[in-house]
Amino acid sequence: MPKLLSGAEIVFKCLEDQNVEYIFGYPGGAVLPIYDELKNHSSIKHILVRHEQGAGHAAEGYARSSGKPGVVLVTSGPGATNVVTALTDAYMDSVPLVCISGQVPTHLIGTDAFQECDTTGITRPCTKHNWLVKDIRDLSKIIHKAFEVATTGRPGPVLVDIPKDIQFQKTDYPKFKKKNKLNGKVHNHFSQKEIDELVKLMSKSKKPIFYTGGGVINSGPKASELLRELVAVTGFPITSTLQGLGCFPGDDNNFLGMLGMHGTYEANNAMHDCDLMINIGARFDDRITGKIDEFSPKSKKVHIDIDPSSINKNVKVDLPIVGDVQSVISSIIKTIKKTKPNFVKSNKQQISKWWEQIGKWREKKSLDYINSNETIKPQYAVQRLYELTKNKDTFITTEVGQHQMWAAQHYKFDKPNRWMTSGGLGTMGYGLPAAVGVQIAHPKKLVVDIAGEASVLMTIQEMSTAVQYNLPIKIFILNNEYMGMVRQWQELLHEKNYSESYTAALPDFVKLAEAYGCVGIRAKTPDELDDKIIEMINTDRPVIFDCLVDKQENCFPMIPSGKPHNQMLLGPKDQEQNKITGKGKTLV
Amino acid sequence: MTKSKSAYSVAGKKEKLDTHIIVVWVDNEAGVLARVVGLFSGRGYNIESLAVAEIDSKLNISRITIVTTGTPQVIDQIKLQLKKLVPVHKVADFKREDKQVIFKEMALFKFVGNNNKRGKALNACKKYNAVILDKTNKSCVIQITALRREIDKMSKNLKKFGLISVSRTGAVAMTRGAETFK
Repeated sequence: MPKLLSGAEIVFKCLEDQNVEYIFGYPGGAVLPIYDELKNHSSIKHILVRHEQGAGHAAEGYARSSGKPGVVLVTSGPGATNVVTALTDAYMDSVPLVCISGQVPTHLIGTDAFQECDTTGITRPCTKHNWLVKDIRDLSKIIHKAFEVATTGRPGPVLVDIPKDIQFQKTDYPKFKKKNKLNGKVHNHFSQKEIDELVKLMSKSKKPIFYTGGGVINSGPKASELLRELVAVTGFPITSTLQGLGCFPGDDNNFLGMLGMHGTYEANNAMHDCDLMINIGARFDDRITGKIDEFSPKSKKVHIDIDPSSINKNVKVDLPIVGDVQSVISSIIKTIKKTKPNFVKSNKQQISKWWEQIGKWREKKSLDYINSNETIKPQYAVQRLYELTKNKDTFITTEVGQHQMWAAQHYKFDKPNRWMTSGGLGTMGYGLPAAVGVQIAHPKKLVVDIAGEASVLMTIQEMSTAVQYNLPIKIFILNNEYMGMVRQWQELLHEKNYSESYTAALPDFVKLAEAYGCVGIRAKTPDELDDKIIEMINTDRPVIFDCLVDKQENCFPMIPSGKPHNQMLLGPKDQEQNKITGKGKTLV
Repeated sequence: MTKSKSAYSVAGKKEKLDTHIIVVWVDNEAGVLARVVGLFSGRGYNIESLAVAEIDSKLNISRITIVTTGTPQVIDQIKLQLKKLVPVHKVADFKREDKQVIFKEMALFKFVGNNNKRGKALNACKKYNAVILDKTNKSCVIQITALRREIDKMSKNLKKFGLISVSRTGAVAMTRGAETFK
C-alpha cells in the first residue's frame, strides 16, 4: 500500500515536482496546515511579505525576470481578496502566477464563516482558471494542471483554493510525469503558406515597420535573439510597446523607441504612415492605437500572436498568424534566407525613402526637455541613472505614472526580462514588491525600482520584507510631491483644476528608510546627483533614494486620448517654436 | 457644459447587429456556467436566452445554447474567448437565418377562463405541437414547441384567451442531416 500523505504534504510534493524554489506568502488560520509542513521541505524557501498584494507583485517580479512561474500562498477571506489586484495585474500583463489560497473547511463553506469569502467567485474574472478543491483525491492533479495552465499558451495567473479540512485529509500521491502534450488551449499551428504570404508582403513594402510587444519576451530569450536577427536580415525599422522593451536593443539604429501615448514622434508617425505593419506579440492596446478609426489608415496589417482572441479584437488585420513568436520568427527568417538570400541589400533601395522620412521625424528629438542647473529634471535623473548603471546587468521595475513613462523613454534596455512594469492594469505600488521578487530571483544583480512618491507609498511596507531577507533593492523615487500624471492631465486637459493631486503631507523618505532599517539618500540638486547615485549603487543594502525633482515637469510627447498618432503634443521646446509660427501646441 | 478636452477614446462606427446561436460543449463541473455567463457579462456581450443541461453523464459533458446579438467582430470575440476557457471543449456558432440548423424552444402556457376561451386557445396552439399537460374546469396548461419569435407572438396574442402565465426554456439547436458538429 502506498504511503498516505496529507493535503498539505501533497501541496509541497507538487511544488517540489514543479521545481518551485520560492513561494511568496502570508500565513493565516485557513492555511496553517500548509505552513506547518513548510519546515519539512528545505528546497522551498518562503518569503514572508507584509501584505498579500505585495506577495502577488513580488511573485510577478520573480516570474517576469526569471521566466519561471511565481507562486503565492495566502489565507482565506482577506488574504485572498488582498491578492486580487496582483492577480488582475498578472492577467492583464500575461504573467504566469500560481496562487494557492486557504479556504474555510468544506462543511463551513456558504455559512458566512469567519474569514470566508467566495474566493473562486471573486477571482474568476481575473485568472485564466481557478479551482476549489472539494476532494483530496483531486488535489495533486489540480495543482499540476494549475501550473500547466499558468505557463502554457498565453501565460497568466491561476488560483487553487484549498479548504482547511482537505489540507488535513490523507491520500496517496502518484508519481508526477511531466506531460509533453499541451492542454489543447495552445495554438501553434501556423502554416508555411501564411509565412510565404508575409514574406511576399515584406518584399513589396516600401514603408514597413515591426511593432513588437510583451509576447516576444513571454516567448523566451530565444525569441528576442531571433527578433534581432529578423531586423538584421530585413533592415526594417522597429518600435516596441511598453511591455516589449528589452527584446530589441534600445540604442540600436533600427529602433525608433517606444510607441503609443508617450512614445516617440518617429515611432508614432511611422506607425501612422507605414504601408506594412508587422505586429509581433502585441495586442493593439488603446494606449498604443489612439483613435481607432484613424489608426494607421494606409497599412496592411499582420498580427502574430499566440492568443487567437487577440486577433481582430481591436484592429482588423489583413494577415493573422496564430503561433508562438519564437517559432513564427524562426520560420520567417528561414523562408527569407531560402527565397531571398540578399533581402537586406536588394531591399535597401526600396525602403531608403522611408528611412529618410524617419530621419526627419527623428530630428524633432521628441524626448528632449529643457534641463536646469538648479532643480533636477526627472528625465535627467533617469538618464543619469541609466548612464551610471548601464554597464551592469541592471533590472528595472517601476510604479505607475510619469516616472514610469520617463523610465521607459530614457532608460535603454538591451536584454529581455530586465524591465518589469505594470502596463495593462497600471497598478500603482507594483514596483517595490516586484523589485523584491526580482532580487530574490537574481540575488547578485542590481535591482532598481524607478518610483514616484505617491505610488511607492501604496506598498512601502514591503521595505520591511527587503530588510528581512537582505535584498539590496534600490527604490529610486522621483519625488515631485504630486501624483504627477494626474496633475499633468489636469493641467493639459482639465483647465488646471488640480483636484486632490497634491500630497500635502509626505513622510521624510530618508528617515523612513532609517525606520525600516535600510539606507536613505536624498539628492536635491543636479550637481550632487551623480555622486549620490553612485553612493546608492555601492550600498549593499536596501536603499530609499529620495530624488527631489521639478514639481511642474510634464511628460512629453503625448497623444491625448481619443486622438490619432499623428496629432501628438510635443515638449516645451517645440511648443515655443510653434508659438512663434502661431500654430499652437497641437501638431498635425 | 463645455466639451472637455479630456476626450476618452470615442466609440467607433456602429455596425449592424446579427442574432447568433452559440452552442458550447463544456465539462459539467462546479462553476462552469458562471464562467461562461461571467464572460458574457464581464465583456458586455448580450444574452437573449440560455439553455443548459448535461447531455453525456458518462463523459460529464453539458451543452449550453446561448442566443446572442452582436456585430461580426463581437461574435468572433465571443467564440474565441469561449474557446480559451479551460472546461470548454468546442464552440459552434449558427446564424438564426441558417436553414441547415433547427432551432426550437419549448413553452408552457397556463390559461384560466371558460370552456370557450380555452378551446380557442388550444386551437391557436395546435400548429405548434400542442400538448395538454393539465386540465381543470377553470384552467389548463398547454405545452408548445416552436421558434422563439413564434412563441413571442403567441404569448402576446393569447392574452385574450385567458393566458395568465408563461414559462419558456430558451432555444436549443441541432444541425439537420447526418453530420454532427465537430
